[in-house]
Amino acid sequence: MGSLGAGTAIQASYFVAAALFILGLKRMSSPVTARSGIVWAGVGMVVATLITFLTPGMGNYGLMTAAIAVGGIAAWVTGRRVAMTDMPQMIALYNGMGGGAAGAIAAVELLAGEVHGFTVLTLGVLGGLIGAVSFTGSLIAFAKLQGLVKRSFRFRGQNVVNLLILAGAAVAGAVIVVQSGGTQGHVVLLFALALLLGITMTLPIGGADMPVVISLYNALTGLAVAFEGFVLNNAAMIIAGTVVGSAGTLLTQLMAKAMNRSLANVLFSGFGETAAGGAAGPAGTLKAIETPDAAVMMGFSEKVIIVPGYGMAVAQAQHKVWELVQALTARGVAVKFAIHPVAGRMPGHMNVLLAEAGVPYDLIYDEAEINSEFETADVALIIGANDVVNPVARTDKSSPIYGMPILNADKAKNVIVIKRGQGAGFSGIENALFYLDHTRMLYGDGQAKAAELVQAVKAL
Amino acid sequence: MIDGFIALYIFMLAAFTGYEVISRVPVILHTPLMSGSNFVHGIVLVGAMVAMGRADTPLELTIAFLGVVLAAGNAVGGYAVTERMLEMFKSSKGKR
Repeated sequence: MGSLGAGTAIQASYFVAAALFILGLKRMSSPVTARSGIVWAGVGMVVATLITFLTPGMGNYGLMTAAIAVGGIAAWVTGRRVAMTDMPQMIALYNGMGGGAAGAIAAVELLAGEVHGFTVLTLGVLGGLIGAVSFTGSLIAFAKLQGLVKRSFRFRGQNVVNLLILAGAAVAGAVIVVQSGGTQGHVVLLFALALLLGITMTLPIGGADMPVVISLYNALTGLAVAFEGFVLNNAAMIIAGTVVGSAGTLLTQLMAKAMNRSLANVLFSGFGETAAGGAAGPAGTLKAIETPDAAVMMGFSEKVIIVPGYGMAVAQAQHKVWELVQALTARGVAVKFAIHPVAGRMPGHMNVLLAEAGVPYDLIYDEAEINSEFETADVALIIGANDVVNPVARTDKSSPIYGMPILNADKAKNVIVIKRGQGAGFSGIENALFYLDHTRMLYGDGQAKAAELVQAVKAL
Repeated sequence: MIDGFIALYIFMLAAFTGYEVISRVPVILHTPLMSGSNFVHGIVLVGAMVAMGRADTPLELTIAFLGVVLAAGNAVGGYAVTERMLEMFKSSKGKR
């Protein structure tokens, strides 16, 4: 095959791959077609990867195949094994790898002196910088959610330090662009500073804000891939990277909004600083309830709305909760799930966990869809959720969660809360919902209590 | 070859496409979709392969090798977890 023939075949394949990526993402935006969407995109990826072996003037095929095998097999094994509750940090990890790869491309091309022209050099340097930040930043995000790094490292002037590191990297990058290539030392300095910046930027951010950060790094990796696509003159990388960059930016904004946090707030300040002041506890007392009474309350209701939170998933109670739903439905009780956008560890994570237990997605409603229905619900069952049902978000201006959209569980005629103990939520804020007159606390392990409820409801 | 304004046009249209595709997505699919878009930028693999194919010095080759390993991890891992999440989404077929 002549190089012209190979060139055309490669371009055509990249075109098909880019089209399949966009169509795949489109199909992933509806639960009915979502599964086929990832398969379409996967086909595009295989086509693009295989055809790249035909690129004229390439060497190192043996090592290249080995590298693909090493990375691919390791990722496949971990990806198939990871528990659904740990999904967010795995996404962070794979995303970081993509950022690292974009950074590596930039480093190789800059070291080889293959990058020419002001615009392409600028994009190459920027892509490398962003990719490297996304690489170490995502690794820190992974380590934090995995529980490997427990503390949030904050110190005075951390923003100034980060700014200085960024400025240093920018200077090194500018030298490379102006001197059309720079020296090896400049390239090394650029990447060393960028890798460091990813670490220092992410370490101070609290675990609750991590989903937003992961989403941001996802968008940044997309952008880095697009920029390196310009360097390599690769349309598939430019299109796929840009699509992810803009989609990821939108997704990041949606998440930040759902959490009532601005992106700047997440990145440049720590959560909990205002909460530490501690407003006065809510009035009223906590009123406990026993399992049989709770079962009677729900079993003779017309409508029950279940509000699950990450605590339910930690207790591995989702399967028992689904059994409870089936037992109630068999008695003619209408049961719905109400999911807050930030239930679980990132928006949509709770839906994945419920889907794993076999809950059909059409029983699951988001905050906007179901909030008006709480008033007609006989029972709202809260299991493992806390801050997202705290009514002070509507009323108390001094509360750190004031203004955050919440589920109006307090409007239901009765509220039952399954909770392990009497502690406060993730943000450390007392939940006024628990102290309301029509709220009853069912203390115990989520899974055990859900199982007892199933038996009690069946025995009615 | 892609140059100058053509590149800018591609960039703009792709950006709008990404925005439009995501803007109508229900919240229940945000996590799988983030994972799916994470898979899509695994296309960085083809770039890493090209960079490795042209690498000469041991330093370049080492970095490029790492790049390909990481990129393959991004693509394969992204696919594995996204597919696992999406295959679980089922409808209750007229039960409501």
